[in-house]
Amino acid sequence: MDLPFLLYTLLKIVVVVFALLTAVAYTVWFERKVVAHMQSRWGPTRVGPYGLLQPLADVIKLITKEDITPSGVFRLVYLAAPCLAVITALLVFAVIPFGPRTEMGGIDIFQITDLDIGLLFILSVSSMGVYGIALAGWSSNSKYSLLGGLRSSAQMISYELAMGLSIVGVVLLTGSLSLRQVVDNQSGSWWGIIPHWNVIPQFIGFFCYFVSAIAETNRLPFDLPEAETELVAGYHTEYSSMRFAMFFLAEYTNMTAVSCVATVLYFGGWSGPVFGPEALQTVLPLLWFFLKVLAFLFVYVWIRGTLPRFRYDQLMAFGWKFLLPLALANMVLTSFVQAVRYGG
Amino acid sequence: MYEILFFVFAAAAVGFAINLLVQRHPIYSAISLIGVMASLASLYLMLGAEFIAAVQVIVYAGAIMVLFVFVIMLLNAGVEERTNRSRMAKQLGAPLVVLLLGLLTSLVYRNFPPDAAVRFGDFPGQTADIGRRLYIYYMLPFEVVSILILVAIVGAVVLAKKET
Repeated sequence: MDLPFLLYTLLKIVVVVFALLTAVAYTVWFERKVVAHMQSRWGPTRVGPYGLLQPLADVIKLITKEDITPSGVFRLVYLAAPCLAVITALLVFAVIPFGPRTEMGGIDIFQITDLDIGLLFILSVSSMGVYGIALAGWSSNSKYSLLGGLRSSAQMISYELAMGLSIVGVVLLTGSLSLRQVVDNQSGSWWGIIPHWNVIPQFIGFFCYFVSAIAETNRLPFDLPEAETELVAGYHTEYSSMRFAMFFLAEYTNMTAVSCVATVLYFGGWSGPVFGPEALQTVLPLLWFFLKVLAFLFVYVWIRGTLPRFRYDQLMAFGWKFLLPLALANMVLTSFVQAVRYGG
Repeated sequence: MYEILFFVFAAAAVGFAINLLVQRHPIYSAISLIGVMASLASLYLMLGAEFIAAVQVIVYAGAIMVLFVFVIMLLNAGVEERTNRSRMAKQLGAPLVVLLLGLLTSLVYRNFPPDAAVRFGDFPGQTADIGRRLYIYYMLPFEVVSILILVAIVGAVVLAKKET
């Protein structure tokens, strides 16, 4: 490991984190605006044109608020939990390829690192994500927080299984765990029109993945851990100021991460129509990637604006009795088809 | 670089393990155990065993320890109460630990002479290799273990079922 390599990698990380935090701030704006229009309201309009500076105002408000630590909390865990939530949310982006391999001075600029076990890395990081929420709920010394934390750990354990199993279908089609190879495997098209995306042979897998991913990120209709009508704000009831903002940040970062992973696994990543002059060619894949991620974020908000919240027993029954068997069946079917195609 | 990292992670693993025993609140012990698992995963990763490292994190640090933390939260377990240790534990505890460590060290030294030290990135099996070995050379043990786990699952369901 030489010095330039380390510096370049650090630079990439800084750029990705900076771009990501900006994107996450605007995801909040996007959600407020889209939900508002779905409910015949205007959403934020006051700060800047179309309320575009609203995220900035929110950040300033959150930073300058008083940070209250309630008495009787388990201090060390209470303070560490929001950091843990943000770190595990950000780590996923270490392996996401944002564009085709483009070298600059021998270093790939569109991906922080191309791990051979990229998919397993994402699964392991997201399996660690539950600790931030569970420990926050436990250490707050409050009944609402504890109930929220308990619900979230149970929910995340249940839906992680379905998520892992649905991804196996993609792995079977690709024959590799590296995210770059997953995308490369989806290049080209059938009869020149229909893109060679995994979502077409794997539509059951995609359904399982996206539903369990919504549950993993604690979004409506699976936001039982922070159901306002029962639990005040669930696991982050006792948090205020920047520590509350960190949970908020983690949630929206996770949403973005899920959208990126879904794009990479099922919708061909950065691939899309290529046109225009040479200079445009390097930027175009980034644009396609961005548009696909944006479409997923819109679906997230759309679902939030449309569906009511599940009851807790319905949530568990749906996860264990419907989604898990469906993901298993998809896995068996895919491996059977692959065996017939390549084996003998 | 690798040597430094090795000692960092090894020290972290030992430190977390000691902390696990010293802490009196079960949740702190559980968090220390997560630390041990994560440090071990880093050590596996440095040997080049990527798959095993990832599985270590997913299965142990991610799934099993979440269940531990979940149960501790659910039972709301308080600070552990220490009884005055029995006389035998006080007098024999430390010598027995030393004896065990000594035995383990001597065994490792006898079976792996120092000149055949582990090199970094030495692990032969990549993910596909491990799969091939499991399903071709170790087919029988693999299936036996899976049936054992199936039996355990059925047992758990039977135990958890409400009596009607």
